[in-house]
Amino acid sequence: MGKTITEKIFEAHLRDVPFAGTNVLSIDVVMCHEITTPVAIVDLQRRGKDRVFDPLKIKAVIDHVTPAKDSQSAMQAKVMRAWAGRHRLPDFFDVGRNGVCHALFPEKGFIRPGYTVIMGDSHTCTHGAFGAFAAGVGTTDLEVGILKGVCAFRRPGSVRVNLNGNMRRGVYAKDAILTVINTLTVNGATDQVIEFRGDAVDAMSMEERMTLCNMAVEAGGTCGVCMPDAVTAGYLWPFIAGAYPSKKAAVDDFNKWHSDPDAVYARTVDIEVSAMEPSATFGYKPDQVRPVREMPDIKIDQVYIGSCTNGRISDLRAAAEIVKGTKLASGVRGIVVPATPLVYRQAMDEGLLAVFMEAGYCIANPTCGACLGMSTGVLAEGEVCASTTNRNFNGRMGRGGMVHLMSPATAAASGIRGKLTDPREVMR
Amino acid sequence: MKTFGGPVLFLDRSDINTDEIIPAKYLTEMDKEALGPHLLEDLKLEGFSVNGSWRGSARVVVTRANFGCGSSREHAPWALEVNSITCVIAEGYARIFRQNMFNGGMLAVELAKTAIDELFAIAKNGAVSCSIDLDAKTFAFSWDGGSKAVPFTLAEFDEALVRAGGWVEFADVKY
Ligand code: SF4
Repeated sequence: MGKTITEKIFEAHLRDVPFAGTNVLSIDVVMCHEITTPVAIVDLQRRGKDRVFDPLKIKAVIDHVTPAKDSQSAMQAKVMRAWAGRHRLPDFFDVGRNGVCHALFPEKGFIRPGYTVIMGDSHTCTHGAFGAFAAGVGTTDLEVGILKGVCAFRRPGSVRVNLNGNMRRGVYAKDAILTVINTLTVNGATDQVIEFRGDAVDAMSMEERMTLCNMAVEAGGTCGVCMPDAVTAGYLWPFIAGAYPSKKAAVDDFNKWHSDPDAVYARTVDIEVSAMEPSATFGYKPDQVRPVREMPDIKIDQVYIGSCTNGRISDLRAAAEIVKGTKLASGVRGIVVPATPLVYRQAMDEGLLAVFMEAGYCIANPTCGACLGMSTGVLAEGEVCASTTNRNFNGRMGRGGMVHLMSPATAAASGIRGKLTDPREVMR
Repeated sequence: MKTFGGPVLFLDRSDINTDEIIPAKYLTEMDKEALGPHLLEDLKLEGFSVNGSWRGSARVVVTRANFGCGSSREHAPWALEVNSITCVIAEGYARIFRQNMFNGGMLAVELAKTAIDELFAIAKNGAVSCSIDLDAKTFAFSWDGGSKAVPFTLAEFDEALVRAGGWVEFADVKY
């Protein structure tokens, strides 16, 4: 019987099976941010165990509320900073070098095919785009990860999602993942890894694959995963060039992680992407998804373009193409948050920031900010946001606010009309 | 090991997410106790009052499917814990939330939908209390005029975490 990529990664990292069904894995990368890590740090200190298992395998960033917005967030940052300093963590990213974790860490080349990755953040599933097993965990798992470099998992099954065909104009990876969540429902993949396969996935860039895997957890998935291939090798090449004689050699090596043709899946779902339309969520659950053209009268107060889902350079390009030469509808606020300093810099060099500014957008510094309702565009009671983020929970972007999740193109188009708008209506 | 059992708070909705259990704006708190008053502050549930009589008295939550979905914040189990709610009984959980509960030495027990339906029917009679026998793996629900024993199962690992007082204690001895 064949194995899935996840089963292969589990086997290669298995440290212990303390009880039947419990797999303690050794972890290749433990990622940390300032919301969930400081409590772990303080607890380790309290226990007299303020150690790290391997400073090279810990990657840390201050990203959720940065620069600090108040004394409490300043204190969280201070705890992180002091901890990173005392353990001499070479990969710690503070103000000026920091960006949203799931965009920043891939950009630095920290994730490789076959890796195990944990972070105290549910969207850690993003990194499965590289053919890794990457799972969000709580602070206690993170604490043990920092101290021992291990984490326990039930062995997840896999749900195979085949995305076939060519996406039409105006349809993006975000529309694809919203459709997948709508199909699987919010807990349809609980305790499962979502394996994204099919020619549409093969054709996607790493950035698009990250958008896809980012929202696996919104269907309950432990991780999203794509087969590592030439696209993966191309993206990672600046970081792995020393390890392989050629890109082809890297791709050949990555093949060892591919799911076997006779691997067993808990469920297989086939989705034809050529039939997809620009889509958005309604309501407070990410599986409540509909084509945008079926929601013609939803007025918006704010457009938010950013986050670990859609704050990368390709996202800003897609939005800027639509925004170019237009203005935000009167009464609509627009906020663009490049996910990392590199994305910010590229957007500046390519003139994208100027495009947004001319349309009336505010450009914020890289941070999670309004995505989780902490800063940089929190909604007031009754306000509505066209957002490229990944969660539309009640209160997520501010108490009483309503968030509609969509692609950067759809968000940009909605900004022009002041209501949810199918981007094809305004595309040139 | 933590203590378990007492008055039950019934939350009759599926997909209660971690933002509803403890809103993100309190995540800058590093002191667990400070989360206490904000437990379930943003819960959208008809008839639920955030400052109802459950506050301070409830020790067990009974709810529907996919409880604790959303973010990985362990602040959600902590907000329950500092309110002395150490046991949740549901049809199912989001993976990270369930693991966080056991990692902190608390109980997140799954019961079949039919058993959960029955408990909600019982709740119509008024206040319900639940005592928990971890050795016998049995809940004993009692209310004015009746009682009912409900068996449950726990994975070996989850039980070991509860008995060890949490994952840090367990892992520290073993790895
Ligand atoms: S951008 Fe939003 S979803 Fe992504 S890590 Fe930050 S808060 Fe979480």
